[in-house]
Order: sequence, then C-alpha cells, then structure tokens
Amino acid sequence: MTQIAEKRGLSDIVQTAVEKHGATPDAFIPILLEINRENGYIPAEAIRLARKFLHQPEEHVLVSEGQLYGLASFYHMLNTGVVGRHVVQFCESAPCHVQGARDLWKSVQSTLNLKAGETDPQGRFTLKTVSCLGLCGVGPVMVVDEDVYGNVTPDQLPEIFAKYE
Amino acid sequence: MPFYRSHILVSVDPACIDAGAHDVLDALNDELVAQGLIDEVQVLETSRIGDPARFAPDMIVYPENVHYANLSVDDIPYLVEEHFLKGRVVEKLRAQTQVVTDEELGAPKPKEVRIVLRNCGKIDPHNIEEYIAEDGYQALANVLAGMTPEQVIDEVAKSGLRGRGGAGFPAARKWQLCRQVPDNPKYLTCNADEGDPGAFMNRRVLESDPHSVLEGMIIAAYAIGASMGYIYCRAEYPIAVQNLNIAIAQAREFGFLGENIFGTGFSFELEVRMGAGAFVCGEETALIASIEGKRGEPRPRPPFPAVKGVWGKPTNNNNVETYAVVPQILLKGADWYAGMGTEKSKGTKTFAIAGDVVNTGLIEVPFGITLREVVYEVGGGIKDGKKFKAIQTGGPMGGCLVEEHLDLPVDYEALTAAGSMMGSGGMIIMDEETCMVDIARFFMEFTQEESCGKCTPCRVGTRRILDVLEKICAGKGTLADIDNLEMLCEEVIKNSLCGLGQGAPNPVVSTLQHFREEYIAHVVEKRCPARVCKALIRYEITSPACTGCTVCARNCPVEAIRGERRQIHHIDDDTCIRCGICAQVCNFNAISILS
Repeated sequence: MTQIAEKRGLSDIVQTAVEKHGATPDAFIPILLEINRENGYIPAEAIRLARKFLHQPEEHVLVSEGQLYGLASFYHMLNTGVVGRHVVQFCESAPCHVQGARDLWKSVQSTLNLKAGETDPQGRFTLKTVSCLGLCGVGPVMVVDEDVYGNVTPDQLPEIFAKYE
Repeated sequence: MPFYRSHILVSVDPACIDAGAHDVLDALNDELVAQGLIDEVQVLETSRIGDPARFAPDMIVYPENVHYANLSVDDIPYLVEEHFLKGRVVEKLRAQTQVVTDEELGAPKPKEVRIVLRNCGKIDPHNIEEYIAEDGYQALANVLAGMTPEQVIDEVAKSGLRGRGGAGFPAARKWQLCRQVPDNPKYLTCNADEGDPGAFMNRRVLESDPHSVLEGMIIAAYAIGASMGYIYCRAEYPIAVQNLNIAIAQAREFGFLGENIFGTGFSFELEVRMGAGAFVCGEETALIASIEGKRGEPRPRPPFPAVKGVWGKPTNNNNVETYAVVPQILLKGADWYAGMGTEKSKGTKTFAIAGDVVNTGLIEVPFGITLREVVYEVGGGIKDGKKFKAIQTGGPMGGCLVEEHLDLPVDYEALTAAGSMMGSGGMIIMDEETCMVDIARFFMEFTQEESCGKCTPCRVGTRRILDVLEKICAGKGTLADIDNLEMLCEEVIKNSLCGLGQGAPNPVVSTLQHFREEYIAHVVEKRCPARVCKALIRYEITSPACTGCTVCARNCPVEAIRGERRQIHHIDDDTCIRCGICAQVCNFNAISILS
C-alpha cells in the first residue's frame, strides 16, 4: 500500500512540474530541479515518468531517459540517490577555507559521523559539500536545508544540528 | 500652487493611527494655526515611514529630512515652536536609528567609487519606482527616443567598456559582431552564473539592484537587434532569482519589457533560467547548452555565440556587471566613464575581498588603483597585525601575486602580465600563516571536481596534478614530483578545450614561481614552513608555559596527552592525529606547532 501511495506521489510531482514549466527542452533543468526539491532526490522512476511526459515526437521534442539521467548526474544540485530529511551543505570554497573552514569541516564530519556525500542510517542528515554560496563576507558558511549559518565555529555545531530532527 | 517652505509628512499607517497619529495631526494643525505658520508649512498624510514597532507615531519634515518619532500630543507645541518658528531641530524627538551594519558592503571605504553598486542597500529592489527615482530607465527612454542602434554601440565603444566576466573583451565590439550577423531572431544572454569561489559582486547587484541589469540588457538588445533574452543565474542564489523575477514582472507592467516598448515599436522579452550547480556553466558555450536544457559542456569556438548561440542563433553574452553599468554610461556620457581608469581599462570594477584582511566584503574601485591600496587602504590591512603573504586574483584559475606585485595597477593587462588575471573579481588575501602548497592543492581540488570531463587534458590532467600535490602535502613528495608538476601544468594549459582547463593549473604555476622554496621544503626537508600540512607538523607542549591544568588532555579526542595535574603534560607523537584541538583550548599558549 505504502509503495503505491509513494508512487502516486511521485507521479503527481513529476506531472505538476512538467505542467508548470512546459514540455520544451529549455524546461528540462527547471523540471528536474523541481522534482529534486519536492521529492528530495530524483529516483530512476521519476526519470521514467518525466520522459513519458516530455517525449513528444509530434511536437518535435525528442528526449530519452539516458539524456535526462545525463542531466541529473551532471548538475551537482540534482541528487540521484536517496537523501536524509535534512541536507547539510558545507561551503568548501577558498575564502571559507582560509577563514577557518578547514578545522570546521573536520568537526562537522565528526559531529555528524558522516563524510561528504553520506547519509546516516536513520535518514536524518545528508552531508554534502557545495561550491561557493557567495556569502564569503561571513565565512565559514554552512547551509542546513534552507537555513544559512555564517561565521560558524566548531562549538556552535551541536546546537545548530539539534534544531533539526 | 501655493508655496510652502516646509512639508510635514505624518505616517497614517494603521499601526501609527493606533498609536495616536490622528491626534498628533490635529495637534499639529492647531499649533501651526496658533503660531500663524499654517500658510508656510504644509501637513500631509503619508504611508509608513519607519518601522512602526519602534517609531510609531512618526513624521518626517522636508526639505530638512528630519525624522521625528514616538510623538505625543504634548510634544507638538514645543516641536512647532522650536523647529518651525526658531528653526532648531529638536534632537530629543528625533528617531534613534540603529547603525545598521551591512557586512558585505557598508559605507564606501577610502578610494572607492560606486557606480555599479551605487543603489545597493539604498533602494528597495522589490519596488521599481525606487529605481526610477534614482534615474532608472531614463537612459532607456533616451536611447529609444533619440538614438539609433549604431549610436548606442558607438557611445559604448567610446566609453571603453570591457566585458566584466573576466576576459575583458570590448563590449561594443561584441555587440557590433552580433548585430552584423544576417540571421534572426537574435538572443541576449546575461551570465549570472557567478561561480568563482569568493566572488559575490554579481549576487549583490542582482539582489539589490536588479533593474539596472534589466535596463542594461534592454538597451543592449536594442543595439544588437535582439528580441529575446535570458538571465542565466546559478541556483545557489535563490534570492537573486526571486528578485529578478519580481523585477521582470514590474518592468513588464510598466511597459519597459514586452511588445512595443515606450511605443517605439521595439519589442524585447526577458526570462530567468536557473543553473543547477555546475561551475563550468559560467563558460559561455556551456551556459548556452544549459539554457537549451543540455548538460553544461563547453564546445570549441568558433563558431562564436555571436554567430551561433542559443538555439543556433546569433547570441550576445555579457556579464551582470557589464550590463548594469551600461545605463549609467549612456546617461552620463562615454567621456565621463572613460575619464576613470587606465589607458586600456576604463571605468570601475567591483571586487569581492576575502581572506585575512580587516575589511572583507564588496568594493568598487577605479581601474588603476594599486593592489597595495586595495589591501591596505580599502581592505584595512592584514588581520591581527600579521604579515601579508600573497593575494590570489582572478578566482580559481587566477594566480597568486606577492609583495613585489603590490604596486601594480589593477587593470586587465597588468594582472595578466604578472601571471594572474582579472577574472570576475574575486580577491583572496593570505597572511604569513598560509601554506602555498596547500592553497594550490585546494584550488586544484576545486577545478578537478568542476571539470566537466569532456576533454581528456582537463579531466585527467587536473586529477594527476592534484594527486601529485596531495602526495607533496602528505610528505611523500620528491624533487622529481616538482618537475612532473611543471610538465603536467604546461600540457593541461596547452591542450584543454575551454578556459577552465586552460586556467586550472594557474594557481600551481604561480605558487611554484613565487614560492618554490616552500615546495622544496615539503619534499626535501619534509617540512611545512607555514605549519599547515598535517603530515608534516607535530604538536609539542613547551615546559615553562604549561601549568598542568589538564584542559588539553581532557579535550584530546584520541587521549594522546598524558600528565599529572600541575605537572607539565606531554603529547605522544604516535597517537596524535594533529587535530589541533589542544592548541585551541590551551589558555596559556603552551602548545606549539613544529615542523
């Protein structure tokens, strides 16, 4: 039962995304971004569904699943694997690096007991690195879901992570 | 129309009415009549002035621009007598504004000239009228009403404006090339995929003054003959995307975008396209591929986008800053703009200053300013009184410059000649405690990760360079590795397809050039002079300073520190993982890092 319910949910997400952005090539990336945002990641099933909606030979829109997977795997912000309930994005760029991110990164990994790209067994956190968020004035910077934390120090970490269940 | 010497605007925001704004209004009118000033001072009602939670009820007096807050009826007679009869501002009733600190921008620092950033933090980006009040869309009106596309291109050519994305190609020549191609429709793209680590000038302009970019694009579209434009903004900037969409909707509503702009028959449409996290999409052919819904992989040029760009049609691509400055050039004239800068680099440039200086954040300075002025005057000097070591300009594909370069004027040619580049405008300043091998390794890690993988020299070459650097940082390098590094860098620079690969080895090349002795210390003496590389350092407790307080031992995650209370402690070198926590927690600076 749950599986069917989940599947229908995904189908809705994909269909809504396609309707919102339109079934044209320049909408492929916005559609995948939206599926990623709504579902947390882009499973193979979503690719299959999206291709079904988008491939319209009579409208001269030709697309394969491989092509869509190619997009999903190329862009860093699109996840092709399962992610946790909360995504921690750690800025790994140079300005943060020279402002203390080097030590902070070690603390983040040990506090969460995760390495880059990993998700904990409880599915609570996924730890990712992210390229420059342009918030270098307040580095080191870390983003949890959509909350931005600047000037982060190792001792603030337990308190920050405790906010996310 | 009667003339009034002063105007009082009283806020009748619901919150202010609640706090007695109507009583204040009545009292004001009564008092002005009583003093015989009612024909000289006009009282008007207005909407919200300041935050009602702090200021209600409040009012503002023009032309003096004095904001009185938290008024009561009892204050009015004194206020009218002092301010309007005697001409003295009543300080005790003035709104106490908090000093708002804008960590990114703040007030202009010495030597700054703000043109691109002039409206940032000053106007409400969600309100097109505030932009219009700052001469916004005036240049567009002038252009459409009285200039031919050729005249616009000529004026921009005369100003000397060069592309701000990094390469510095003359903007007007690019426009002219695209205009000449006998193919339609033509497209305009704005590169807002500001991916260089440490560069966030474009983000600030997009967030705080999106209309300046829109206006510049509409003018460029008119000059080129483009009918459709895309702003390609990276998804890491959600607020910029949001503000751009709001701005586009408002501009369309005001008739600055869409069909028949200003009734001149010129039509132009504009849309935002979001990236999805791929640094290489800042390269123009990759950007175009991404707009078309493909993997953002660069392709060889020619054909240049001016001939075959979006959907295979002629396309003009410029950076955010290039477009944003265009309205000001047309408004104030090419001569005004060309009056700033150096012989070949005209006008101003925004930079993002990061790293070990006192004032980090955004600056806008005329070309020709020296790096020394940037570091010491605008940047306020090195933090904590430490020594300057290097400045990295041009982003991850730029190079490191050193003390001897500090008196160089900042312009496209001078930075390139010194072995770095202008890039989009990130500057990272490093103090004496930075290990240059580690920095080179760090930048390679970035470019290796961001290599799109299409061409072998970049895909494999960056990986191999990184392998060698990691080996050196781990203390396992040899002198032969340094030679190999140089050879690898040369091959990758020579053979890569796009600017990413061609520039990727620059941080290694420039650090090898200026800090070769640091590389040699790593491989020959197995020593990291800046005491950064973990494999080459060890921690030691120095006897006179240690009080035996046990703080370090209690905080050590691997129990490598032993010692009795009030006795000097000792670190077991084999167990120690070089995490540095002991040095952070020690209150007596008793722990030194040796290499």
